[in-house]
Amino acid sequence: MIEALVFYVFALTAVGSGVMVISAKNPVHSVLFLILAFFNAAGLFVLLGAEFLAMLLVVVYVGAVAVLFLFVVMMLDINTTELRQGFLQYLPIGVVVGGIMAVELVLITAGWYFAPYVSSAIGAPTPQPEQVSNTLALGELIYTRFVYLFQASGLVLLVAMIGAITLTHRKRVGSKKQNIAKQIAREDSVELKKVEPGRGI
Amino acid sequence: MLEIGLGHYLVVGAILFATGMFGIFLNRKNMIVIMMSIELMLLAVNINFVAFSAHLGDLMGQVFSLFILTVAAAEAAIGLAILVAFFRARGSIAVEDINAMKG
Repeated sequence: MIEALVFYVFALTAVGSGVMVISAKNPVHSVLFLILAFFNAAGLFVLLGAEFLAMLLVVVYVGAVAVLFLFVVMMLDINTTELRQGFLQYLPIGVVVGGIMAVELVLITAGWYFAPYVSSAIGAPTPQPEQVSNTLALGELIYTRFVYLFQASGLVLLVAMIGAITLTHRKRVGSKKQNIAKQIAREDSVELKKVEPGRGI
Repeated sequence: MLEIGLGHYLVVGAILFATGMFGIFLNRKNMIVIMMSIELMLLAVNINFVAFSAHLGDLMGQVFSLFILTVAAAEAAIGLAILVAFFRARGSIAVEDINAMKG
């Protein structure tokens, strides 16, 4: 009973804030609703017993990705009234495609069933939550069986970091900086002279 | 209604996914909201994975969700960096203006 109530609160808030993300007039409000949606999805994860992923969602998504969005939205000097143009023009096709997608997905969730051999296909059975916590169980899995994938995902993040820095890094025009290599390699600072014996320069 | 099962979570994921898709069509003038819609869709996929993981008692879904989270974070960082670079060059973030590679 309480679980159902909590589920509906989280689910309805997540869906409602998801709708607000795409329909809010101000992009800053969109980001704030995105954060609300992430928080509610984290609540859903806790209800499902995946507390590590819930915390990860809060830390990574709310703490990093959403704040990154917020910074970019605030940094770009965009005209918010111009952004709304064409909103109604694309509304019908959006409603058609999104509606068809939603109906199809809900139909799938209504009309499917598990294969009979599904219990034999389980890759990594969840241990009893009373004995092993979710975080420990996940750690025992990703540091042993999926250690290469774990390292690869670290590489993905490294490449993303390098890419983001190279894409946005630029030389400032007005600032004066010391270029030591250029300074040392000057042509006119070193000169070779023929010195007459006994006379000096 | 009061017994919360796998289907409830799948419906939430489906609605969130469709919302994200709808948002991509709706916000043609604002690339940032399109990227937020993509994040919403990834979140819906994560909800599906975790729901199945909890229902089947299989941790594999949560591991997969973890990697999706990683890739989503990388994607957001790269996408926003491209967006910032594009805005510096052209002064716009509308989808129609992003046609430099059209050929």
